[in-house]
Amino acid sequence: MSIVSVIHKRAFTLGLLFLGLILLATIPLYIPPYPVISLTSIIMYTIITVSWAIFSGPTRYISLASAAFFGVGVYTSAMLGEVFPLPVVIACGGLVSFILALFIGLLTLRLRGMYFIIFTFGVSELIRHFLLWWETNFTGTVGRWVVAADHTTVYYGMVVIFVVLLLTAYLIRRSKYGLALRSIGEYEEAAVHIGINVTVSKTITFAISAFFMGAAGAIMATRWTYIDPSIAFNPLFSFMPVLMAIFGGVGHLYGPILGAALFAYLEEILITKFPYYYMLLFGTILIVVILFLPSGLVGLIGKWRKGGPEG
Amino acid sequence: MGILEGERVTKYFGGLTAVHSVDFTIDQGEIVGLIGPNGAGKTTLFNLISGALPTTIGEIRYKDRKITSLKPNQICKRGIARTFQLVKLFGNMTVLENVLLGSLFGTSRDIDESDAKRESLELLEFVGLSAARATPAKDLTLANQKRLEVVRGLATKPELLLLDEMMAGLNPTEVTQAMELVTRIRDKGITIFMIEHVMKAIMNVCDRIMVLDHGVKIAEGTPQEITTNKKVVEVYLGE
Repeated sequence: MSIVSVIHKRAFTLGLLFLGLILLATIPLYIPPYPVISLTSIIMYTIITVSWAIFSGPTRYISLASAAFFGVGVYTSAMLGEVFPLPVVIACGGLVSFILALFIGLLTLRLRGMYFIIFTFGVSELIRHFLLWWETNFTGTVGRWVVAADHTTVYYGMVVIFVVLLLTAYLIRRSKYGLALRSIGEYEEAAVHIGINVTVSKTITFAISAFFMGAAGAIMATRWTYIDPSIAFNPLFSFMPVLMAIFGGVGHLYGPILGAALFAYLEEILITKFPYYYMLLFGTILIVVILFLPSGLVGLIGKWRKGGPEG
Repeated sequence: MGILEGERVTKYFGGLTAVHSVDFTIDQGEIVGLIGPNGAGKTTLFNLISGALPTTIGEIRYKDRKITSLKPNQICKRGIARTFQLVKLFGNMTVLENVLLGSLFGTSRDIDESDAKRESLELLEFVGLSAARATPAKDLTLANQKRLEVVRGLATKPELLLLDEMMAGLNPTEVTQAMELVTRIRDKGITIFMIEHVMKAIMNVCDRIMVLDHGVKIAEGTPQEITTNKKVVEVYLGE
């Protein structure tokens, strides 16, 4: 492997990335509204999955609190939508989730393995039920209306969040903190003994990942226009990112992107083409992937590249 | 004046006293051995020094400053590194990455990544692991894994290194190499406190030896003094 080929490869990746961005930015100009709306939800799932993978990928702390952060973003949007312009609302959605994650992080990151998973799941259920209780007892209504935004605005909002997220994920990965997060996933006890402040690293990363989920929730709410706790805190938002990331492969940055995009697309297709068998087909595909592709689609690509059946 | 001092260091696990009122001093530049039968509290004492466990009673001072209430990462940043009885490496990361982490997060503040990398490579050279730098740590032999753990500790640039049974499970050749490595580390100016069961190693390498039994320090002295100490012989061989 010469330096030239390394540079060549980097230029190729950058070029591909640039092309992808241009495509994402201009797509609403030449396709009809319905695909743009589906594309928006595909990007939304990709955002949740990639932000989930920022934290859970390297540290191997499986979080099921994604729905909590997404839903908090949705509710922030519902409450502030009439007061502030959209960009501020999105930033607020992210920020509220960020703060919530800091708080949850400090409370729970001492838990490991199964206990952490169950606790994070419990937290999102708790918030959902608390909101339901609050709305019925104090607000008097279960749902809320959200100030609507047109579908291209929502689309571009998603794209902007997605690009910022990718940049953040990339920078974290290649920094020394990215390395530290991986060492936490490998052997936390050793990591703390070589001077890594594991509590701070984990909590901040958890909060950064929550920021993007909250931001995505805040903008998605403007498309839904009506929300209630079971829409905003749908447990699927917690489980989907985990499945999508595993489907794509968590070892690389592009694994979760690929996994989420394909998975969400597949879901759209199956729902429209096979409304009755959709879940059955979906489940079968998932089982096949988990059984035969333990490192996800990325692992499959890796095997192809090596070119040998022994791979 | 000792670099590390312990005063009435005590640890209870529920009703069990793992370490009982142990006083100790480690001087700068020494190699001190810590021996004792299984369950004597040796590893517990290391865990107390490195901050892995909180001390119940007593105080540990490093360079005249109390470290008893600090977290392991803070203690590492003060300049104490350690290895583990059962190696705890970042198995799926490369040998170089393991060392690099020590260098990036140890005692140095704001170290440049290229400097950290250069230092790590030098250290790998120092212990003879350069050729394996791109190998995942889990694929190394046990002897090399133990060696890598030592280098990772050294990469944090400690002044005191705690070695927990570095030679357990090694064959005689590897033990000789490990002994040589310990003296070379001391020659770099690093003080060493080591738990060891391999008597040949401990007698040859250590300047001074401490003996723990049931959490109590029963003897302390030069290797010659220890081998002739009546209490030590009783503990090891029975009456």
